[in-house]
Amino acid sequence: MSTEVAEAGRAEAVRQVGRPADRFDAPEKVTGRAKYAAEFPYPDLAYAALVHSTVARGRITALDAGAARAVRGVIEVLTHENAPKMRPLSRLNLGSFVKGTNVDYLGTDQVHWNGQPIAVVVAETPEAARHAASLVRVTYEELPAKLDFAAEEPHAVPQKGNAIMRSAADKGDAHAALAAAPVKVDLRFTTPPQNHNAIEPHATTAFWQGDRLTVHDTTQSIAFLRKHLAMRFGVPERNVRVLAPFVGGGFGGKGMVWAGTLLAVLAARATGRPVRLALTRESVYHTVGGRTPTVQRVALGADRDGRLTALIHTSVARSGGMPGQVTAASRHLYAAETVHLRQSLVDLDLLPPTAMRAPGEAIGTFALEAAVDELAWELGVDPIELRMRNEPERDPLTGRAFSHRMLREAYALGAERFGWRERDPRPGAMRDGRWLVGMGVATAYHPSLIMPAAATVRLGADGTVLVRCGLHEIGVGAATAQAQIAADALGVPLESVRVEVGDSDLPAGPMAGGSAQTASAAAGVLAACDKLKRQVLALAGPPLRGRKPEEVQARDGGLHVGGSGMTYAEILAGAGRDHVEAAVKAGWARFLARTARDGRRWVRAASGAQFCEVRVDADTGEVRVSRWLGVFDVGRVVNAKTAASQLRGGIVMGIGLALSEQTLVDPRTGRVVNPSLAEYHVPVHADIPRIDVHYLDDPDPTTPLGLLGVGEVGITGVAAAVANAVRHATGRRVLDLPITLDKLL
Amino acid sequence: MRPFAYVRAADVDEAVRAVAGEPGAKFLGGGTNLVDLMREGIERPATVVDVTALPLAAVDDLPDGGLRIGALVRNSALAADPRVHARYPMVSQALLAGASPQLRNMATVGGNLLQRTRCPYFYDAAAACNKREPGAGCDALGGFTRGHAILGVSESCIAAHPSDLCVALAALDAVVEVRGVGGTRRIPMAEFHRLPGDTPHVETALAPDELVTAVELPAVPVAARSRYRKVRDRASYAFALVSVAAALEVRDGVVADVRLALGGVGAKPWRARAAEELLAGGPADEDAFARAAEAELEPATVRPGNAFKTRLARATIVATLRELSG
Amino acid sequence: MGVTQIRMKVNGVTESLDVEPWASLLDTLRERLGLTGTKKGCDQGACGACTVLADGVRINACLALAVQYDGSEITTVEGVDHPLQQAFVRHDGFQCGYCTPGQICSAIGMLAEHAAGMPSAVGASGLTEDEIRERMSGNLCRCGAYNGILDAIKEVL
Repeated sequence: MSTEVAEAGRAEAVRQVGRPADRFDAPEKVTGRAKYAAEFPYPDLAYAALVHSTVARGRITALDAGAARAVRGVIEVLTHENAPKMRPLSRLNLGSFVKGTNVDYLGTDQVHWNGQPIAVVVAETPEAARHAASLVRVTYEELPAKLDFAAEEPHAVPQKGNAIMRSAADKGDAHAALAAAPVKVDLRFTTPPQNHNAIEPHATTAFWQGDRLTVHDTTQSIAFLRKHLAMRFGVPERNVRVLAPFVGGGFGGKGMVWAGTLLAVLAARATGRPVRLALTRESVYHTVGGRTPTVQRVALGADRDGRLTALIHTSVARSGGMPGQVTAASRHLYAAETVHLRQSLVDLDLLPPTAMRAPGEAIGTFALEAAVDELAWELGVDPIELRMRNEPERDPLTGRAFSHRMLREAYALGAERFGWRERDPRPGAMRDGRWLVGMGVATAYHPSLIMPAAATVRLGADGTVLVRCGLHEIGVGAATAQAQIAADALGVPLESVRVEVGDSDLPAGPMAGGSAQTASAAAGVLAACDKLKRQVLALAGPPLRGRKPEEVQARDGGLHVGGSGMTYAEILAGAGRDHVEAAVKAGWARFLARTARDGRRWVRAASGAQFCEVRVDADTGEVRVSRWLGVFDVGRVVNAKTAASQLRGGIVMGIGLALSEQTLVDPRTGRVVNPSLAEYHVPVHADIPRIDVHYLDDPDPTTPLGLLGVGEVGITGVAAAVANAVRHATGRRVLDLPITLDKLL
Repeated sequence: MRPFAYVRAADVDEAVRAVAGEPGAKFLGGGTNLVDLMREGIERPATVVDVTALPLAAVDDLPDGGLRIGALVRNSALAADPRVHARYPMVSQALLAGASPQLRNMATVGGNLLQRTRCPYFYDAAAACNKREPGAGCDALGGFTRGHAILGVSESCIAAHPSDLCVALAALDAVVEVRGVGGTRRIPMAEFHRLPGDTPHVETALAPDELVTAVELPAVPVAARSRYRKVRDRASYAFALVSVAAALEVRDGVVADVRLALGGVGAKPWRARAAEELLAGGPADEDAFARAAEAELEPATVRPGNAFKTRLARATIVATLRELSG
Repeated sequence: MGVTQIRMKVNGVTESLDVEPWASLLDTLRERLGLTGTKKGCDQGACGACTVLADGVRINACLALAVQYDGSEITTVEGVDHPLQQAFVRHDGFQCGYCTPGQICSAIGMLAEHAAGMPSAVGASGLTEDEIRERMSGNLCRCGAYNGILDAIKEVL
């Protein structure tokens, strides 16, 4: 064995990236020691509860808090009449980017949606606050309101696009091509509003000392939240500290700044007490936006061989929040000769929607991939074969290269592992007792994004490494993944690396959103590690002195050139240093320039093939998902254990999207009718089968470490795969989510 | 929740007296429904009389082969009782189809009889509800009605009764034993729950001071071959869209005995007597099952949101009877 | 409407507390005893995050008034030392961790129920995967770690 091969083998053996390492924070989570936002004790802590409007639009004409104030233990009832004013949003401040709504809470008598917070009760106990809140009496002057998405849908206006999020596209004359196509489908789909329902409800504990503010908040945006609070409360950013060591799930619902956070801080300022506002589940529904409903049209025209001649995908969604990319997948998935894509929005007097796991893509891929499946039925072609016939070599609209594209491989592997060949293509032909069995596939697709992230890496004289970055431990194993990355970059064992996250005093991390946290932080951590290595090398004596950084390998706890080297401890001891630290800053200008440049060069996305088997009760129409397999191209996988969990988690949420989840908004009142986990049906254990997850683990050549993001791609395509399997089992094409049994009776 | 005085009763008479002497007092059992409703501000008792320490947690054999079930027997304990399993499988299955294991460990049989509806407009203090506030109107009419009843409803109220256990009890002609200051009386299950009419806030035949002390199951030989089938929006931990409690005995292709009751579709636990009458003595085949189901569902009053329930109930009745006849 | 004195043994420690009768066991554990390992996900018996063991039986602490548990022995996740915890780590039976204490307490209660002969709606003999799923369905996990939880429970059977 040559020296080089032995060296390579050794480097491989200690490699941390890719390993299924246990989560660093696992011991805290299984013992109850992990502390979430509502769990930090303060002496003299007061508790707050919200009062919500019961009309959709209008003006408060009278607000009687007398009975509430009389409740024993009530400290204060804050209303628009007595609350301190918050400063307005500023367009120039990056903190405005995370505004959940435009409403000036308690700064106005105007009501903009049914459920808007209009008063806050602060009391000595949570029970007293909640009871008193129920006693506040309000009268309104009501104004007419637009509340019915279905009724307003025809009046939608075009969605504005931007450089990153495009909202329209044309290639050729798709309508003419559709008219001329010998085989076509033209379908209208609907998807309902949904809510994130992280099991931890939104909660904030706020504490003012003079004009210094400490906030424990359940947030996916530590750095932005800090900017936002500084802006709204008129204090310098350095005076605000946001702490979020653990976040009990978010899925987009904790990305923006919602009323609860602002009003907890406001209540703390008004009362001079530390205040905790832990929202009830119902208050979460009333104050935190959810997924927009949509109406979508997908029309596909094909020649008799199944080659797409026309692809039309239009969507209507709700305005407000961050408009999703409902038709995004239709830009990139199929080599259609002509394409027509449009996104429109409807204005309603309801709480604005917000990002929810793969905001546009989760529901956009439902319509697109269900339509493709229906075209396969029309053509009598296997649905995987139809996709392969239309798999593009380059991006269909722009002609740009794909940075990575492995859908052929994903489908081939998936079909083999899932036993696709055993599928009898005739509808209803596969039966097992009372159950009609069906198999369906769909493509998963989610764009990849890298956001700015600052990080510092500190190497101690004992060879230990401390990585610091304001990441969000929202369940993704953020610290563990970055430790694996730093361990490899510096050539130290995983146990030597510690990672600090969840604090605005740390270098600013990216938002936990857009499937971008791990890759974004990796870029910062890798750059910091590289800088650190150079600094250490500059301190080193022989045999490393004078070596160029490119010649040096970091491994075995030190720096090496060929067979000789020194441990970090030796280098630092020799230089008389107790530590070396390197920092990289987040550059927004660089981020925008790089994103624009990359966008001109490549189309970059995570993708995959979803395989689903359902059983449909022949009598009652009950649908059970009985098997699932997903093959994903997510670039390189940092942690095989946590990445698989995220992909499975996306699929589980997708099964909810497909079969049971919907937020019911009464079109007469704009009120959420099922603001509860009893009546909003997220999947339970019994709904979820074994989920077999594979990834192709092929690094993307255009990102740091080759990461493409795993947080959202898992949910995309899921609802379509379920709908397609139901179509196979029953012969019925369900166009309206969720696929409840009444649609199959 | 509204502050209240808490009394822990040491015996049944003390409990009954405590409630009788205090307008707005409520008995508290496992708390799984009442505590939730109190926290939501829907129930606002001034006094809560905790009855969980009372000696009412036994299941005893009756001389005729039936069972006497103490009102404080927890749902999980009753579901696990081997006598229930053997004599009334539908009871055990109904209990196990309800709520979650944790809730079944808390909830009592007596409390189950007094469960209040899951109508979301009943639960939302901002909505109009005749059950919560007599004369206020009903926002469920014209609203989302997926969970609502189609049988026994009125223009005042279309709320569905949420219990699973009560559906089985209705099928079995259970008798509810209650104690008030005036003594003990026995209420047949069929008379225990009231239809809404124009007084939907009156849900049971109980007087304000009366405490459910026991439920008696008579001997019902046909129940040894019985089934509770629950259809809902997810595989577990959800209320019924439709449920069927059925017992069937077929001799020589003819229905010798049958019991049938429905959940999820009725303003109260719904004994399907019309269907039973049609089935009794007739053929035990698919057509007969379907005709019986249709007869029972013929008076249904449906709305756009729950019109599917007639089809679903029919399908579920037929499937359950088919299974029992096979 | 004053306070009531109760005594509970919580994780082996006898606690004597003055509680308002409307205080839930969950709030009492979290706010009075600082045992925040037990989580509040819905406060209405719809998620299972608040599952604790009361005299060895799993219950939802959110729907339990503390006064009703006078004299009881309560075990919260802080008092649990069970191989399940390591199994949850090994099989990644969680992501955000918020439902985890409830899942662990629930699983411990579930194993005891099964050992004592408690049936489930599945009606299988033995703790099959479907049995475990049904018996654990009172504990929602929005991160979707159900596969990992199932594997963790199977490991300790």
